[in-house]
Amino acid sequence: MTLVFVLAYIMLGGGALLALVRLARGPSLLDRVVATDTLLVIIAAGLAVHAALQRDPTLVPVLVVVSLLAFVGSVSVARYIGGMLRRSPGDGQDAGLPAAAQQREEAAR
Amino acid sequence: MSDLHALADTVAVVCLLLGSLLCLTAGLGLVRFPDVLTRMHAGTKPQVLGVLLIMVGGAIRLQGWSATWMLLLVAVFQMMTAPVSAHMISRVAYRRRHVRRDLLLVDELGAGHREAGTPHGDEPADAATARGARGPAGYGQGSLG
Repeated sequence: MTLVFVLAYIMLGGGALLALVRLARGPSLLDRVVATDTLLVIIAAGLAVHAALQRDPTLVPVLVVVSLLAFVGSVSVARYIGGMLRRSPGDGQDAGLPAAAQQREEAAR
Repeated sequence: MSDLHALADTVAVVCLLLGSLLCLTAGLGLVRFPDVLTRMHAGTKPQVLGVLLIMVGGAIRLQGWSATWMLLLVAVFQMMTAPVSAHMISRVAYRRRHVRRDLLLVDELGAGHREAGTPHGDEPADAATARGARGPAGYGQGSLG
């Protein structure tokens, strides 16, 4: 059983660390949103694995909160970025870069 | 009876380990894949299948109806909310050019030739442009994006 503990926690911790790497490196806000979403899911999975391996149902209500929090967070950030979309030239499918990124590109040119 | 318990424990532990493995693959995919859509493809593996496997394992191990119902609630929430958030993020990512279009095999959103100024969605900014540019009649046109 100890082997199962170690294996499960190593895999969960590795996944969470790699999601943190993407959260730190991710070039855009949306990459970070995806990484945060995955990180919260991994945290919920870790809590559930702990509860299951210890046979301790105390942590189970926390799971509900964490899963709802992941949904609300990613949807609100997506709505925020969607609200920043402006009217675009062309066929309306390409909203262009954010204003700061546009300035950075023009400065680099 | 103890054989049955041992069997249930084995099934639960296998489910938990498979779910943890999916979490690890999600992290690997998040680091290695090139753009937002493919990273989301990797990140949603534990969101549905991983959470379901871990909830099944936990429900077998915890052996109590209250815990089982709450785990079922988490699984149902996850299956209802994962498509919604993924759809919103991917739609914004497509419009924000965070998609590597040279890697796309089929691009149905880019294929349609629309006239300029058509409101392209139900975002708050689109509502403003629709009202300013063409009045309330502009709603409902090209809202599939």
